[in-house]
Amino acid sequence: MIQIDNLSKNYGTVQAVDSISFSLNDGEIVGFLGANGAGKSTTLKMITGYLSPTSGNVHIGNQNIIDDCIDIQKMIGYLPELNPLYSEMKVHEYLHFHASIRGIIGNEFTESLKRVVNECGLQGVVHRTIGNCSKGYKQRIGLAAAMIHDPKILILDEPVTGLDPNQIVEIRGLIKKLGKKKLVLMSSHILQEIQATVDRIIIIDNGKIVADGTSEELISNAQGMTQLHLQVHEADENKIQDMKAIIPSINLKNISQEEDSFLLTIEYGNNSDPRKDIFKYAVDNSWTITEMTVTEKNLEDIFRNLTSQSTEGVEDE
Amino acid sequence: MNNIMTIFRKELHSFFTSPMAYIFLVVFALINGYFFNIQFFLINESDMRVLFGIVPLVYLFFIPAISMGLISREKSLGTIEIISTMPILERDIVIGKYLAGLTLIVLGLITTLIHYLTLSSVGTSIDHGAVFTGYIGLILLGGVYTAVSLFASSLTDNQVVAFIIGIAIVLVFFMMDKLLFFVPSSLSGIVQFLSTDFHLSNMSRGVLDTRNLIYFGSVIGFFLSITTRILESRKWN
Repeated sequence: MIQIDNLSKNYGTVQAVDSISFSLNDGEIVGFLGANGAGKSTTLKMITGYLSPTSGNVHIGNQNIIDDCIDIQKMIGYLPELNPLYSEMKVHEYLHFHASIRGIIGNEFTESLKRVVNECGLQGVVHRTIGNCSKGYKQRIGLAAAMIHDPKILILDEPVTGLDPNQIVEIRGLIKKLGKKKLVLMSSHILQEIQATVDRIIIIDNGKIVADGTSEELISNAQGMTQLHLQVHEADENKIQDMKAIIPSINLKNISQEEDSFLLTIEYGNNSDPRKDIFKYAVDNSWTITEMTVTEKNLEDIFRNLTSQSTEGVEDE
Repeated sequence: MNNIMTIFRKELHSFFTSPMAYIFLVVFALINGYFFNIQFFLINESDMRVLFGIVPLVYLFFIPAISMGLISREKSLGTIEIISTMPILERDIVIGKYLAGLTLIVLGLITTLIHYLTLSSVGTSIDHGAVFTGYIGLILLGGVYTAVSLFASSLTDNQVVAFIIGIAIVLVFFMMDKLLFFVPSSLSGIVQFLSTDFHLSNMSRGVLDTRNLIYFGSVIGFFLSITTRILESRKWN
């Protein structure tokens, strides 16, 4: 449905987005994950036509954002970062404003209003002034405005930032519900948020895509190694060093001696499982194993690994 | 056209939901009434020309003030991102906002009609034609100043800065023919033609010349089109 080809954006000499490509399909909830300043918002702004790409293009159907900007904007509902609203307007006036730009007037508007009020849970506040609503309601008003024309594509830039935990759960549930019928592309810099809501995660760092897939895929594809912590008694150091020759798939990361035992940190690739061999080797040498723990990589480690360079860079500055 | 009307209604609505529009209308009516009446009794003629001299002065401050927020406020609130990602041309946004500002000016002018009504009920030998063309002139002048102030508003996200830039440009148009003394004689004709007062004075005398209309029309068109370009330029940041 959305096809992004070699999209780049330069702000002066700074390259915010660096030739990224991906495609999104109907009915998918996709999370755009990255550290602050990674290029998430810039990419979303290019898809919605707020910014023009320096190079590359965005195709939706057989239209593209450079030549058919208005047509593409008709298909998209967009909730910008920080959710700007006209605080002096009443909620129904604001939704009416959005609807009439989209050509939804009269009875059709009444129907659409009813639909978004139900979907976003705005029943209590329709006649209130936006400035007097709580932050959670404001977020839902922004979402309702983005959905008033029942778009096929919803683009949400940091939709849960600044909400309290209950509100986050509500908005998350709403997004999940919407994702059954629509293509939802949401960005966040909070991993747990993305993991809890989306089907597919695209991680962006320094303007480049560094990972793309479901959270399970990302975990299993992670280039890192699995770590094994091993505590053995009655062993001697030479035999431990020899273990590498007997079981070639392992890497001895660290050996430390603690009174009469050795603590070993062993790494191995995700495609092999040498634990049986290690156990057998220990038995053959009459070692006693008192601990063998696999520390599994989770998404957080992967995210940190993938985006660590840029955060280190920021800290240095 | 529908989009222009939607933007127009939204802007007008925001004028009248804040005290802004009411304050403008009341103060505009009071200031014009005061200065018109003190001079009117000095001259002792049943003539509106005094008013046509005062309103442009009052415009100098009032129009930049009511137009300063039209675009800069959207920029500071961030709502510019909402209207720019709606399926609507930048040109329509600019025209809708412009018409809303101009409408408020015209409403202000309507408050000055009270002087015309008083005059026509007590005065003698009133030149109704000159009053009519004079008002047309004031509307067109208001149109130029609104276009200039809208342009100023598009340059910044700070309303005060927009106000100051607006006044500065409007003053240039206003002062141009008053400073002809300092201009080389070869250029004085051009400078005089560019000033708003030169064209307005014809109209307040009752002369409706197409040259004057073309002047006002092209200045308005010029400022609205560069404002549109500035809104579009955000894409290439």
